[in-house]
Amino acid sequence: MGVELPNRNTLSYNMADDDGDVSLSDRELVKHVRDALKSVQSGDMDKYNQLVAVIHTKETDYTYDEALLETSLKALSGTVSNIDFAHHEFLLSAVFGMSMWNYRPAVMDALVDLIISLAASNGNFVDSCLDMLVSNFKPPFYLLDKLNQDNVRRKKENVLSRVHRALKSIADLVPLSPLRLMLIVIQRMPTNYKKDYNIVEYVENMLKLESGELGELVGSTILMAVVDRLIDLDVEIGWDDILQDEPSNTSIFEMELEDMDEAADDDELSGCKFPGETLNRKSLGANIVAELLDNLMVRTFDHLESCKDAGRLIEVFETLLESFEITILTAYKSKFAQFVIFYACALDPENCGVKFPMMLSNLFVRDGRSELIRMSAVSYLASYLSRGRFLSTSFIVSMLKRLVDWCLEYSKFQGGDVNPKAHRVFYSGCQAIFYVLCFRMRSIMDVPRLKQLFLMPLEQILKHKLNPLLVCLPSVVAEFLRQAKAARLFTVSKAFIFDDLLESEHSREFGGLERLDMFFPFDPCLLKNSNSFIQPFFVFWSRVRTTYDNDEEVSSEEDDVDDFLNENAEDAIDDMMVRSSDERDLYLDEFDYALNKMSITPKYSFVGSQAEKPLRMPSRIRPSTSPESL
Amino acid sequence: MEGLNVSDAKLMVYVHPSKSNNVPQAILRELSSLLFSYIETFDGVVLAYDVDILDKSARILSGLHPYFGVRLKAKLLLFSPKPDMLLEGKVVKLTQDSIHVIVLGFSSAIIAEDDIRQEFKYKLKHGEERFASRSNKRHVIKVGTMIRFLVKSVDKEILHISGSLIPAQTGSIRLLDKNSEDVLLTDRGNKKRRESDGETKTRDHGTVGGNAFSLNNDHPIKKSKRHKIANNN
Repeated sequence: MGVELPNRNTLSYNMADDDGDVSLSDRELVKHVRDALKSVQSGDMDKYNQLVAVIHTKETDYTYDEALLETSLKALSGTVSNIDFAHHEFLLSAVFGMSMWNYRPAVMDALVDLIISLAASNGNFVDSCLDMLVSNFKPPFYLLDKLNQDNVRRKKENVLSRVHRALKSIADLVPLSPLRLMLIVIQRMPTNYKKDYNIVEYVENMLKLESGELGELVGSTILMAVVDRLIDLDVEIGWDDILQDEPSNTSIFEMELEDMDEAADDDELSGCKFPGETLNRKSLGANIVAELLDNLMVRTFDHLESCKDAGRLIEVFETLLESFEITILTAYKSKFAQFVIFYACALDPENCGVKFPMMLSNLFVRDGRSELIRMSAVSYLASYLSRGRFLSTSFIVSMLKRLVDWCLEYSKFQGGDVNPKAHRVFYSGCQAIFYVLCFRMRSIMDVPRLKQLFLMPLEQILKHKLNPLLVCLPSVVAEFLRQAKAARLFTVSKAFIFDDLLESEHSREFGGLERLDMFFPFDPCLLKNSNSFIQPFFVFWSRVRTTYDNDEEVSSEEDDVDDFLNENAEDAIDDMMVRSSDERDLYLDEFDYALNKMSITPKYSFVGSQAEKPLRMPSRIRPSTSPESL
Repeated sequence: MEGLNVSDAKLMVYVHPSKSNNVPQAILRELSSLLFSYIETFDGVVLAYDVDILDKSARILSGLHPYFGVRLKAKLLLFSPKPDMLLEGKVVKLTQDSIHVIVLGFSSAIIAEDDIRQEFKYKLKHGEERFASRSNKRHVIKVGTMIRFLVKSVDKEILHISGSLIPAQTGSIRLLDKNSEDVLLTDRGNKKRRESDGETKTRDHGTVGGNAFSLNNDHPIKKSKRHKIANNN
């Protein structure tokens, strides 16, 4: 724009002054720059233009002179009160347009000092200064691919440590600036449309801000924004992306299959066995999103760990919990973001690990929330209680007891027959109980005191006219009954066979359009890197010791009649029963197979270990939605 | 210090129906959202409030306006800095070019070199930057000093004040208070209130928003409100 290149002699003459009187030289320089700034108002733009041109140079320019730039910036910081928003627009836009990534540490320091001085000098500059600093959260594009290189990593550290220090300094000088910072950080957050790595870098900085000294002021808002972005990315990965290769002819809902013959270790490790194959099966779009999400989750997990080390996990968890209730719980098709809260619980089982299920059970038990919210909450609760390896049996029992008590109370006041739609909350509660018991019955049975605690009322619920066994997911009910029988819990004279049915008419009905009957949010996490964090705290179905572990195959199912089924139901399943012995053998194979399907996670995880046959589980995940709740 | 006053305001808070199970909390939240930002209606920044709910019941006119209004009587502690007021603050940064001050712990102020009277000279002593008076050796302004300054202009958006040390009654408070040097250390709070009272009587603040306005600086109440801020935050 017609700006002259600087005449080095005019600005740099002070640099050549003898070292004897540095302060004088600095003072003169400041005076020179001040004159340049003041002369603008009188119409003399020469010196000013030179100054602007100096600011515009980058390390890569041939005119770049580090010392000159550094000195000019320092001189400017010495006279910020003379910088005027109206008269020095070019200068300001040049300064605010500078990316710290383009310069060496000495220049970065000078620039940061200038920005701090500017922010403190005039209320009008505060936003621009914060904006400029926040824009440095992201590396320039030419460095984006090179972040693994040592020198780039050093540069990143140089830049970011200064940026965060500057934000803190500005907050010290302008105490209300964090309010603005919060808004700017959220506004400048990279959108989902650009699927690049920038978002990961940016979120890393947001989390750094959260854990830093400003965290107290801006932390909770920022953390919520991070969770929101996780959910945004999460819902972009559609189930179709995950399930597109579904070979099953029974449904499009792929499951994580678990081969009985496989060693349990193999099952558990399958998630990270073939890191090289990551995501190669998926369409490109889904790949990138999943990879980004995986990276973000890992950053968040790291952050949670650091919070734990700093002893502030419980505060952060409060925010997470609030965020969970607002965003994750109400999000339809949330598949991965919920593992953030799972991990936080795993890190602190005594506090966080208890608060989370308490909140969920409160949501479920108390009237006043929408049915969908209550059903989602109980699905989360069931999945959490089943999958959290860090939970004590007595705690699980106490939570189950709460559910059982509620269901019992509910059923007392309900007459009439099976009606999946009208009593959907009740059925979802019952299914949650069955599901947790599928995972935990063995450990509960080992403690007689716990066993007695809640089983009596449970039997009443099962025998109630509403007949939850008929309505809940057949696969869950079948597994539950099989274990109950092996544990000799109930008087079962006949077995209950669903013929490997994943779902039934009734379950579909109570699940509604959202298919909350099929919602098991903490099924194994399919993101490779995130999963490696989750894995140690996670109960895989293959590792679950069932009550029939030592018993042999279920025998003579045909001879047994389930007490809890009414006549109609029996008729209905009669058809499903296998009659000839050949058929029966075939069926038994399938049945065993089906019984191991306690996870509904899709067959092929994003981690891509296709060589192994993944776990199969009895229901599909169809996360909930309940927009009206907000 | 000037710029602080207590207002009696009659307010109407509109509560969202979803908050109807805990109206007092919703009201407090609503009022808290006013804190520390400039409110045009009050022509100032609300620093604290003490609220009295007048309505015992409220009605929703369905189809018309889902929110329900609750009438309140509130005492608001307002900070409304205006040009030519004398404010007090703590120096947080000092350069040859400027003195940065924070007033009441949240509002930032800057005094540029041109607005520092000639009496003060910038010095770098033992690595510590300071402005020292040529006439009174004891009159020194450095980081941590409480100073009194004149308001030149106020950026209401972010409550950024531009100040001046030109008038003679400005400078280090400790020095300006002739009577005792120790006042600042021992009983700063009392001293400030005394000054504040005096100034309130002699200066005209103009009108302050709200339906009613009282100039009565009710100190015990103020104190309790400050306490309340801490609780609310």
